[in-house]
Amino acid sequence: MPVRMEQVTHTYMQGGPFEATAIFNVNLEIHDGEFVGLIGHTGSGKSTLVQHMNGLLKPTQGTVIINDIKIEKGSKDLKTVRQQVGLVFQYPEHQLFEETVEKDIAFGPRNLGLSQEEINDRVKEALQLVGLPFDEVKDRSPFELSGGQRRRVAIAGVLAMKPGILILDEPTAGLDPRGRDEIFREIQVLHRKKEFTIVLVSHSMEDVARLADRIIVMNKGQVALTGTPREVFAQADKLRQMGLDVPQITNLMLALRDKGLDVPVDIYTVEQAKDVLRKVLEGKRHA
Amino acid sequence: MLKDITVGQYYPSDSPIHRLDPRTKLVITFLFIITIFFVRYYSGYIFVLAFMALTVALSRIPIRYILKGLRPLIFIILLTFFINVFFTPGETLLFSFWFLRVTEEGLRQGLFMGLRLIFLVTGTSLLTLTTSPIALTDGIELLLKPLRLIRFPSHELAMMMTIALRFIPTLLEETDKIMKAQMARGADFESGNLIQRAKSLVPLLVPLFISAFRRADELAMAMEARCYRGGDNRTRMKVLTMGRIDFAAYVVTAALIASVLLNTYL
Repeated sequence: MPVRMEQVTHTYMQGGPFEATAIFNVNLEIHDGEFVGLIGHTGSGKSTLVQHMNGLLKPTQGTVIINDIKIEKGSKDLKTVRQQVGLVFQYPEHQLFEETVEKDIAFGPRNLGLSQEEINDRVKEALQLVGLPFDEVKDRSPFELSGGQRRRVAIAGVLAMKPGILILDEPTAGLDPRGRDEIFREIQVLHRKKEFTIVLVSHSMEDVARLADRIIVMNKGQVALTGTPREVFAQADKLRQMGLDVPQITNLMLALRDKGLDVPVDIYTVEQAKDVLRKVLEGKRHA
Repeated sequence: MLKDITVGQYYPSDSPIHRLDPRTKLVITFLFIITIFFVRYYSGYIFVLAFMALTVALSRIPIRYILKGLRPLIFIILLTFFINVFFTPGETLLFSFWFLRVTEEGLRQGLFMGLRLIFLVTGTSLLTLTTSPIALTDGIELLLKPLRLIRFPSHELAMMMTIALRFIPTLLEETDKIMKAQMARGADFESGNLIQRAKSLVPLLVPLFISAFRRADELAMAMEARCYRGGDNRTRMKVLTMGRIDFAAYVVTAALIASVLLNTYL
């Protein structure tokens, strides 16, 4: 079981006038090879939650277990956890600092104390995974690359740690549609071909619906819903109460149903909708 | 982590002290500091203590919060105390140890100076605890306004202070985020010798500077886009007004000053 949380509570600035409990009594499990989508309103505790998954934050109460390593209130030396769980923050390109792309990606592996040879191999592999040509970009400054390229360099910097679990916090925020599609394609490759366990934090219901095997919905610091996209998006009213929504295409199906058209409403990708609508329309033509 | 730091140590509440005009609080704090230096006898501290007790009680700030402000200065307070104890010339010897002589006069003087420092620190920290940084800079700007006659840029100064204060939490948050991002890549900010630690700050400082410059640039652009051009003819959303409560505060302060002066010179 790669990630398991038992009654995890986290309170910022405990005891002060600005005390705030970000997550409260969270229980969840993430299985090997799963693609989990984590959604929730701003301030629902998503970011706090994912930072517990690689030991950057320690629970105020409760236990986090990652690949049999326990993280509790006073736990120390969490380097192993951080190597096993790669966390890509929002706008990860803001963490770039080295003179060349190659050196920046090598930062992680070098902190692990690897040999120069191993580091070189890892940099090459990581750049290849994010779809950037090693020979062209390795000697360039990360600051002269385009926004999308910079972001991919930053993701490569995390991949070079060779984690088994990859957490991405809004990996496509601020990118144009093409950049977004490219990043998602690469994430899918990582999941399917390299068998990464992936946790994707996102605001976009469409993206989560398209990519995730399972969805976890956070609301006010607690896990509000969990299940397959079909199960979660079937509860449109509940989601709306939490300030979330179902994918646009599900909304379309709901509207069509209201107009009296007999269509299923557990549809959440354009592909599914296409098939279903074609069938319905062909049925009408024959009738 | 870094999020646990309270900046400017402002303690939000709605007490009479919080509602005082920031100008009043600045002036009173200034007078309070001067008054403390006029205290000559222990009995004078009774008035100061009474004044402090009244203010703290009215401000509804927990005592431990005010005492927390003393913690970073404890070394200086103790140093002052001991220097005064050991190096004040006096006749009534209490006891001596090696070359150190403790006299009654020394002990008196040490305690006196220690108390003075404690009152100074708690008195001034009460100002920052009860006044939000924005109100404070507003107050400073208005108090310095007469200096415009000699071309002192009081508005610009206050604006710079406001912006600097405004960006402290933002930059702290940014630091926290970058630190975490680098820690996720195995960076270690806590162990190693001095040189290693200094080196380990590079991955933190470079992105931090880049983002600080970017933010400054964006802010300047946003201000220009809204036609900001300094202090001339600028009106305020919240106009500061002195009320009866401020008048009462001045009266109490005047009473303090009068009692201390009488105590010292009579």
